[in-house]
Amino acid sequence: MYVAVKGGERAIENAHGWLAEARRGDATVPDLAVDQIREQLALAVDRVMAEGSLYDPDLAALALKQARGDVVEAVFLIRAFRTTLPRFGASAPLDTGAAQIIRRISATYKDAPGGQVLGPTFDYTHRLLDFGLAESATPAPAPEAPSSLGAVPHILSHLGEEGLIQPEREGGAEVPDLTRAPLEFPASRPLRLQALARGDEGFLLSLAYSTQRGYGRNHAFIGELRIGHVRVSAYLPELGFEIDFAEILLTECETVNQFQGSKSEPAQFTRGYGLVFGQSERKAISMALVDRALRTRELGEDTGSAPAQDEEFVLSHCDNIQSSGFLEHIKLPHYVDFQAELELIRKLRRRAMPEAAQ
Amino acid sequence: MTQYNFAYLDEATKRMLRRAILKAVAIPGYQVPFSSREMPMPYGWGTGGVQVTAACLVPEDTLKVIDQGADDTTNAVSIRKFFARVAGIATTEATARASVIQTRHRIPETPLAAGQILVFQVPIPEPLRFLEPRETETRTMHALEDYGLMQVRLYEDIARHGEIARAYAYPVRVEGRYVMDPSPIPKFDNPKLHMSPALQLFGAGRECRIYALPPFTRVESLDFDDYPFTPSKAAGQACAICGAADSYLDEVITDDAGGRMFVCSDTEYCSSRAASQQGDAA
Amino acid sequence: MNAPLTTGFADPARDAARAFRQVLDAMAHPGRIVTLTGALAPAPCSDAAAIALMVLADSTTPLHLAGAHDCAALRDWVAFHLGAPLCGAQEAVFALGAWEALAPLSRYPQGVPDYPDRSATLIVECPELRNDGVRLTGPGIEKDAWLNLPDAVALQANAARFPLGCDLLLTCGPSLAALPRSTRLEVC
Repeated sequence: MYVAVKGGERAIENAHGWLAEARRGDATVPDLAVDQIREQLALAVDRVMAEGSLYDPDLAALALKQARGDVVEAVFLIRAFRTTLPRFGASAPLDTGAAQIIRRISATYKDAPGGQVLGPTFDYTHRLLDFGLAESATPAPAPEAPSSLGAVPHILSHLGEEGLIQPEREGGAEVPDLTRAPLEFPASRPLRLQALARGDEGFLLSLAYSTQRGYGRNHAFIGELRIGHVRVSAYLPELGFEIDFAEILLTECETVNQFQGSKSEPAQFTRGYGLVFGQSERKAISMALVDRALRTRELGEDTGSAPAQDEEFVLSHCDNIQSSGFLEHIKLPHYVDFQAELELIRKLRRRAMPEAAQ
Repeated sequence: MTQYNFAYLDEATKRMLRRAILKAVAIPGYQVPFSSREMPMPYGWGTGGVQVTAACLVPEDTLKVIDQGADDTTNAVSIRKFFARVAGIATTEATARASVIQTRHRIPETPLAAGQILVFQVPIPEPLRFLEPRETETRTMHALEDYGLMQVRLYEDIARHGEIARAYAYPVRVEGRYVMDPSPIPKFDNPKLHMSPALQLFGAGRECRIYALPPFTRVESLDFDDYPFTPSKAAGQACAICGAADSYLDEVITDDAGGRMFVCSDTEYCSSRAASQQGDAA
Repeated sequence: MNAPLTTGFADPARDAARAFRQVLDAMAHPGRIVTLTGALAPAPCSDAAAIALMVLADSTTPLHLAGAHDCAALRDWVAFHLGAPLCGAQEAVFALGAWEALAPLSRYPQGVPDYPDRSATLIVECPELRNDGVRLTGPGIEKDAWLNLPDAVALQANAARFPLGCDLLLTCGPSLAALPRSTRLEVC
């Protein structure tokens, strides 16, 4: 005799017990410490911070440990935690020009004040598996040069002096906040950049790639890519001045894009902009290309409507917590809707093929 | 463990939700945008309903949570436990004893009473979305009360299939003004929306929308004079457990020879009927 | 002790939840008179109006104080308990005052066709609240309800603008009733 399914609560508890065991893996292998993750899986930690919209390497490392290395799951843990945090205010605009650079390259100028700094990059490594890493090893210290100039000006500022690149408008005092007000279309550029900064790296990468292949082509050069430590400060009305309260690692990308000019604007270079927590060049470059693609309407470009240029399409689908949640919700029971469909299909088939239904 | 605020959300978030809920009640069927928060369960798993419930709960409430009509499905269990933990409220499976009911995809069979609040989890709040993917377009259609496209689509169904081929999430018109998605309830449940004495609130977390049907609101399922709306369920069947002929039924496959049976989707309705029949027999 | 400090909720999250349920009950049943308790307001503000504001208003919701309600004691109370920026009628998300000071309704945001929710909620302090006078019908009302309203003609015009229009919370002492824009009015 059939009885209605019961025992959901116990099943959930048991599944969670199994998950905890599976997360730990073979207990004879030493447990992974959070600081090991933070130090040695730093780029995964950075991605979790960027898409989780919370700069805290320790928490991001903990989330990665809890999520068994599933980056999107770790991002979700960080986002859910972020919701519970009180909100004290907005920081002053960051001065990335004053960043302490660990890497800085330009593809548009062979040399520029501040120089090209390769920094800790995978570029030019031969992608050969290093079997030596299978054993515990501490590399020999890298040679160091005396630290350079301090503040390094942005390379695109040199184009600005000649009026060859479109100047960026000063932002208003009011900072829009995606996490505090529902998205509305058309969205302002600050709001778009906010959405892209926390958007899924894979999604943005594919969109950016599509612009390179001709779906909204806009001929991007990397004007400058810089990675560096930037001070974060806030104005405290009680004190009457700004104080520094943090230093964060950021990746910033400015692209130089052709612009043929339009009815209202003369030909000049335009800019795409990407800024990401931590070290993530792929994400920062992707973001800059997509940012530029999304500017097509405000620049009056008549370039059709490629996916990367479609603001509503891009912004509605770039968040991996929204998309993975909705995607995976189809695992939930849909008995009721399916039953309704079943009855409907039977009825429509009876009507269409009376003899077959007999 | 961190001590969370009553009903999990901070007070500023609850105020934002409460303002949106009041506007939703004041404009029945209109989708009020709100700044949905990330919750400790995934988007698509009831975050909108959870936020609406969190904004409405009082410590004296008794909460019922159902998914597909059942109290014991995994997601219903998970959400009920969440509120028992973060709000310390009582929970129940009995529809009549609940002051707040959060639901996914069903309206309970036991008629709702005045004073009860039914909170629906909504995946896609926009009834026009299957016709037009752009929010900018559908918003204008609602503003202009331009529902011609919907009428055309439903009439195409009739031309092709002889009836409107929508079995769930069947669109309704609220008080003769806004076309509204009733969430993916089977159309069998649509008549229960109309003139319900309970307050019905709808929360779509991922899509950042809240909407409402105040008690005693006119809710009409879209149809045509010559093709009137009919609520439907498994034809000519009764529940194999409690014998109910008036409830919505799930089809269950019982063996690999194609054997099947029909049982109530509302498990509490079914078990209380079965229990009272046993009591009568004893 | 400073007067504004002594008048808030004893248990903010739970008291606010209970008060909101009363306001929601009122908004869902136009004309129904509910009672709000748990906090006290400085004169001339009623307790019900103050509690409604504590439940709904904060630094993100500009508030317009009209007439006698635009006084130092109430401004201090708003700054301390709500942090809501004070504003003129045109920018108000909430407005508080007696009907004569608040009117006409056309001064307040009415919402726009794309976003009818972007309209003001007016908290109207009344000398009394009784279930007689104007006959109310519409969503939330099974057959009819009655409420003594300050200016039925202006409120009929408000209802006629549906889905645009203002929503009203009417307050007197600890009592509160609601009149959403969806309610139809009939003077009998």
